[in-house]
Amino acid sequence: MQKKVACSFPDEVLEHVFSFIQSDKDRNAVSMVCKSWYEIERWCRRKIFIGNCYAVSPRMVIRRFPKVRSIELKGKPHFADFNLVPDGWGGYVLPWIAEMAGAYPWLEEIRLKRMVVTDECLELIAKSFKNFKVLVLFSCEGFSTDGLAAIAASCMNLRELDLRDSDVDDLGGHWLSHFPETYTSLVSLNSSCLGSDEVSLSALERLVGRCTNLRTLRLNRAVPLDKIANILGRAPQLVDFGTGTYGADLQSDVFSSLAGAFSSCKELRSLSGFWDVVPAYLPAIYPVCSRLTSLNLSYVTIQSPDLVKLLRHCPSLQRLLVLDYIEDSGLEALSSSCKELQELRVFPSDPFGEEPNVSLTEQGLVSVCLACPKLQSVLYFCRRMSNVALVTIAQNCPNLTRFRLCIIEPRTADFLTLEPLDVGFGAIVEHCKDLRRLSLSGLLTDRVFEYIGRYAKKLEMLSVAFAGESDLGLHHVLSGCESLRKLEIRDCPFGDKALLANAAKLETMRSLWMSSCAVSFGACKLLGQKMPRLNVEVIDESGPPDSRPDSCPVDKLYIYRSVAGPRFDMPPFVWTMEEDSALQLNTIGNPIGSEWEHNMKGIQGLRAQMPFVLYLAELSNTSQW
Amino acid sequence: MEKSSGVTNTEESGLLLKDTELRLGLPGSESPEMEDHDQNVLSLKSFVSGAKRGFSDALDGGGKWVFSGGSGGGSEGLFSPRRGGNNNGGNDLSGPDSGLGGPVLKDGVAPKPLVVQEKKSQVAAGNGNTAPASKAQVVGWPPIRSFRKNTMASHPPKNDNDDDNAEAKFGSGCLYVKVSMDGAPYLRKVDLKIYGGYKELSSALEKMFSCFTIGQCGSHGVSSRDVLSESRLIDLLHGSEYVLTYEDKDGDWMLVGDVPWEMFTNCCKRLRIMKSTEAIGLAPRAMEKCKTRT
Repeated sequence: MQKKVACSFPDEVLEHVFSFIQSDKDRNAVSMVCKSWYEIERWCRRKIFIGNCYAVSPRMVIRRFPKVRSIELKGKPHFADFNLVPDGWGGYVLPWIAEMAGAYPWLEEIRLKRMVVTDECLELIAKSFKNFKVLVLFSCEGFSTDGLAAIAASCMNLRELDLRDSDVDDLGGHWLSHFPETYTSLVSLNSSCLGSDEVSLSALERLVGRCTNLRTLRLNRAVPLDKIANILGRAPQLVDFGTGTYGADLQSDVFSSLAGAFSSCKELRSLSGFWDVVPAYLPAIYPVCSRLTSLNLSYVTIQSPDLVKLLRHCPSLQRLLVLDYIEDSGLEALSSSCKELQELRVFPSDPFGEEPNVSLTEQGLVSVCLACPKLQSVLYFCRRMSNVALVTIAQNCPNLTRFRLCIIEPRTADFLTLEPLDVGFGAIVEHCKDLRRLSLSGLLTDRVFEYIGRYAKKLEMLSVAFAGESDLGLHHVLSGCESLRKLEIRDCPFGDKALLANAAKLETMRSLWMSSCAVSFGACKLLGQKMPRLNVEVIDESGPPDSRPDSCPVDKLYIYRSVAGPRFDMPPFVWTMEEDSALQLNTIGNPIGSEWEHNMKGIQGLRAQMPFVLYLAELSNTSQW
Repeated sequence: MEKSSGVTNTEESGLLLKDTELRLGLPGSESPEMEDHDQNVLSLKSFVSGAKRGFSDALDGGGKWVFSGGSGGGSEGLFSPRRGGNNNGGNDLSGPDSGLGGPVLKDGVAPKPLVVQEKKSQVAAGNGNTAPASKAQVVGWPPIRSFRKNTMASHPPKNDNDDDNAEAKFGSGCLYVKVSMDGAPYLRKVDLKIYGGYKELSSALEKMFSCFTIGQCGSHGVSSRDVLSESRLIDLLHGSEYVLTYEDKDGDWMLVGDVPWEMFTNCCKRLRIMKSTEAIGLAPRAMEKCKTRT
């Protein structure tokens, strides 16, 4: 009798119900209710997010989800953005494209971050997916504008082409003319990263003119100022616009047509670009400023008074990216003009200089935090900080979800008290209960990690550099931060003990990066052997780690969970600690009776006690990675 | 009380400051202190030790890789094991005793010891007006994306003061150019600013690409036994099988080595290690070209 009830809903009904469930987490939960729900759900999942392309293989994804229309993949570790990951490390998307070409002929969307994409990949995409609509290549590399030309020529239904911050081999603007004259579907184009001086302006203008649904257009630097009016004139419906070069000798006719073009863009909410700004041209955007919610002035090298003049016109601003030329005084003005501010990013104009070149200190950030109640996301580069400032920020902005502070000089103490900044960051994690992302800097002892472990229960991503004193610091984080998914550490004295004691934790996270720390090769081997569901990769460009004693520290370490096993596309300077290699502690060269040796033996004994992790059941849910 | 991570005493720091100069030591060409101070100096048997001819005639003589930052013992190993008592994890990442992978390898060039940074921050934190010696750069710090660095470097911010240094400011960060090698499966990027001259660049490139010439790419877990022999590498690299070329700002490909180093770093957009057979006909008229440019 009970069996009957369970089968009373036909699959189609369930499928229809499931179609309202979009979030990955919910979908995963649905799939675990029972076998039949698992089956139904997997056939109707359309969108997949894979946070680490090596956590699962393309075949496994395809086998489980046969009808995917949209895929998002991330490749290299975040620290690759700062050149800490050597070239050739990996993150190749070709194997994925190749498999999906056969399995997902109706694939519509591909979003990639930090992956290596070749022209061959782009050509394969262009050829294989007839209804292809969205290509986002965020911080990718390895391709040229020839590959883009292939996409342009073949993808008649392309809506979005976004090359955000990618490293593209720009062979000139001719790729734009590969969009056929009959092609009109473009909604979003971001080619701002293209670096060539050449751009095909006429092709661009024609493209913009015939794509009446265009909402986002971000140009690259090669597009001169005097062409903007023409382009904008063809697309007054734009919501998001990025200029090219925004500097030229001031000419009144150019100015007035520019101002006229901007004023006819009634939908414009976001502006960016502004390379090589000439301040005299900035007033041309005043007509749209009152409606602007997002403004990226992070390449604008003008002084604070000019910046403030502009910002006073933007009362609706929610998101601001700016250089530290704005200075404390400018941020003070910002805080009184822009009460809707949710996100602030202040970048350094002279990060490698030894002395400050601008008057930007912790005060600027404090004044914004005091006056902008909606502030949630902060990225701030400065040269000094104090605990009292951080405490003030914490108490006044309890809604912060992302807080990234970069004090430019490593290990800088509180400039008022010369103490570490433990208490300040402690206040941040204590008061900002929804904090999901945190980047630390300045002088920090193990105490700050104690605070983080105790309070930062929602923290998902933590970046640490030049901080801490001992393994205890790492232990606090690994044992305390329940929601931790990504941990990246550089130049900290964290070694084997904390890592091995918290090995099980690593299976609950997406990845751990440690470079220039104190983790020994022996510990890496042990971890790799004992934790088969972790890939433990040692990166060392100076030579094979097994040519040195096991107690020697590894240069870089990247550990991530995976159901796909070790990868095979590693370059010669990456070694995977495999589980089947017989673990031999290489004691030759290690000081006899050393603490290291003692630790390793003790930790081996722990093996039997390591608990299985509940998440095992969730391993089948690829989207959690 | 301020905690700094175990900065050494002044005399050691003084020596170490010298060590931080990013130079590859050639036997006999380095200051005596550096070589004698085996607390801080390890010599690594380089893959190309004894390299005679580099890619350009500017090279002469071989080079031993010399870098500081580990607790020595005079061993040939890259890192030496910690001495008993001074062990993993539990201790600070302290000065010259830290035989850690502390200093970050920067594309094959000698890393500088972390202690320099510590010393600086200790000084800077206090009163900020002690001028340290030339500030050695840490890879990837401050954490700024390449796109931003390159954008700001190529069009440096205009400042009222010191227009001469405007380029130096952001430009002094780094100058990454791509290096490709015919037949290699992937490109590398090198920061031209960290090399003092053609010699160092050449050595670094040799090291970076040595694995490709011997067909070792793609294999992992290479044990020390399989490290390619020096003589074989020398034959391949210096036996005129490859030449180093670069693309200048005009898009022309030139042979590396004909112009003064500073001029080269300003002109060079990318590098290519080309098979000599293909390089025939590359006119090294770089000198004239660069002269006509300001």
